Amino acid sequence: MRALLLGPWLRAARGLPRAPGSGHRHRGHGGHRPQGPLRQKVSVEVLDHLEHLALVDFRDAEGVERLQKAIQFADQLHEVNTNGVEPMDSVLEDRCLYLREDDVTEGNCTKELLENAREKVEEYFVAPPGNIPLPKLEERETFLQGSQ
Amino acid sequence: MVPRGVAARWRRAATAPGKGQGSLGGREEAAAGRESHAACLSPAGQPLGILDGIPIAVKDNFNTAGIETTCASNMLKGYISPYNATVVQKLLDQGAVLLGKTNLDEFAMGSGSTDGVFGPVRNPWSYSKQYKEKSVPKSHSEDKESNWVITGGSSGGSAAAVSSFTCFAALGSDTGGSTRNPAAHCGVVGLKPTYGLISRHGLIPLVNSMDVPGILTRCVDDAAVLLGSLAGHDPKDSTTIQDDFKPFELPNLTDVSKLSIGIPKEYHAPGLSSEILALWSKAADLFRKAGAKVVEVSLPHTRYSIVCYHVLCTAEVASNMARFDGLEYGHRSDMKDSTESMYAATRREGFNDVVRGRILSGNYFLLKQNYEKYFVKAQKVRRLIANDFVKVFRSGVDILLTPTTLSDAAPYTEFIQEDNRTRSAQDDILTQAANMAGLPAINVPTALSERGLPVGLQFIGRSFQEKQLLTVAKWFEKQVQFPMIQLEEVKKHDSDVFHHQKSASLS
Repeated sequence: MRALLLGPWLRAARGLPRAPGSGHRHRGHGGHRPQGPLRQKVSVEVLDHLEHLALVDFRDAEGVERLQKAIQFADQLHEVNTNGVEPMDSVLEDRCLYLREDDVTEGNCTKELLENAREKVEEYFVAPPGNIPLPKLEERETFLQGSQ
Repeated sequence: MVPRGVAARWRRAATAPGKGQGSLGGREEAAAGRESHAACLSPAGQPLGILDGIPIAVKDNFNTAGIETTCASNMLKGYISPYNATVVQKLLDQGAVLLGKTNLDEFAMGSGSTDGVFGPVRNPWSYSKQYKEKSVPKSHSEDKESNWVITGGSSGGSAAAVSSFTCFAALGSDTGGSTRNPAAHCGVVGLKPTYGLISRHGLIPLVNSMDVPGILTRCVDDAAVLLGSLAGHDPKDSTTIQDDFKPFELPNLTDVSKLSIGIPKEYHAPGLSSEILALWSKAADLFRKAGAKVVEVSLPHTRYSIVCYHVLCTAEVASNMARFDGLEYGHRSDMKDSTESMYAATRREGFNDVVRGRILSGNYFLLKQNYEKYFVKAQKVRRLIANDFVKVFRSGVDILLTPTTLSDAAPYTEFIQEDNRTRSAQDDILTQAANMAGLPAINVPTALSERGLPVGLQFIGRSFQEKQLLTVAKWFEKQVQFPMIQLEEVKKHDSDVFHHQKSASLS
């Protein structure tokens, strides 16, 4: 369903998702089904926070709905009993993997590397002024603004 | 890029009567390619290596020096790689000819090869005699072009290139099934090697803990040849294992009585077409009749692999996509107010919905308040999934036999009815777990569906046991004798009446 939903979610949410606490030993939310009406919506504050962290915008209601669905989908994980199970970072965890020696064996390719940059001065990449945070929600050009 | 002489000679050689439909002409092409190359490109007359003169296509998420690498995204349009990915370099060192970069879903996110900025990839089988004979036009005036089918994804371009005889082999990538899925839909062999066997240096990463370069060829022997050229430790990729890799030639297995084939019951997933179920059954019987031990096994956490993948993938994507800010390479917005706003605008302009969606989801799962609940939880579930496989292989099973896809290729117009995430969740269900566990897996084209489209079956092997996996796959390939595609010329201007139809059939 791709219809834009500008309904209830726009209103301030009932709060942030519950903090984990003993989350990693939690068997799931009791008898709650992920799609049930008790499913909390993501608050505008969190959405705004995500836009800041990711430096990517939601663009429209569809974007937010996409996130909601993604979270709902991910909630199925809580049905699995992971008591006593260690997290797995890599399938190669039982092997010794090596970093190579910290010797400079190649380089001197400044010219090639700079070629792909749009703005540069001599051997510098040029960036706009830093240390200026993204404008607040009210001042920013974002879809979320309509929800304040 | 390939001199006309070589290409023409290669194609002519490929049309010579082959050993029969099963062999798919791999060896003849190789020989012709080598000879042509030696004749016109190498003055010294010395072949550079085993792939000398062989045209190979490379998925556009591998860096290729001096050649644009876009990942089918606006973010990298115009980006000229300053270096070759290790696998590309290895191919070139063996004398392979890089024919071109192939289309994909943007940043390899998707299961249809429909979401790249260059547009969707059309499955060559859409234009095959086999498909056309089975498709019933709704009316005389219907544009016959409109019922073309997708290639699957995300390495759709690579699969289509191999399937349409445009090249001898192609590189894809496989994170959740991105090589095996299009291989199944395009009727080609798609190999996902063990994680850690082939270098990822130069492959623009999606999920560092699951990505592998994939190999697409027309027969299993060719896949073994490519594997031989690509596998092995790379000091530039510390996730490649140190063990010595010895290229091998596949034996012609005749006695399968010592083999134990596992049939995981959970792979009878909801939505599996009855056709594929029947084919899977037939394949199991084939092994049984030939004397192999065929047992039903259980991988109980299979149904969570998609959810687990969803969390881990989006989390790693959120991290990997952070490098695209317009400063050093790629698209850069004109916004000049501040660094942050420039980054935000660049990313807003450069990424499509799918990519942005995954970045935002990933960041959500990585938030402090969600980290344990989602990300770490998913990592634990990953271990359970990997352990399922360990238990099964420990019980004496050598190879697992499963379907690769739930059905044959869907028409494009039907496929785009659902969004990318939904489709990926549906389509990756049979291929994803092998990435979770890092195991090698291969799609072998098996038969044509009722609609005249390819259907493949998947073999999953033990870690780093590619030789065994490919040996069994080759035996199976020989038994099923998958038919060659019979391509017909598409008359764009005259869709109603096919007057000057030229059959470029290669049989």
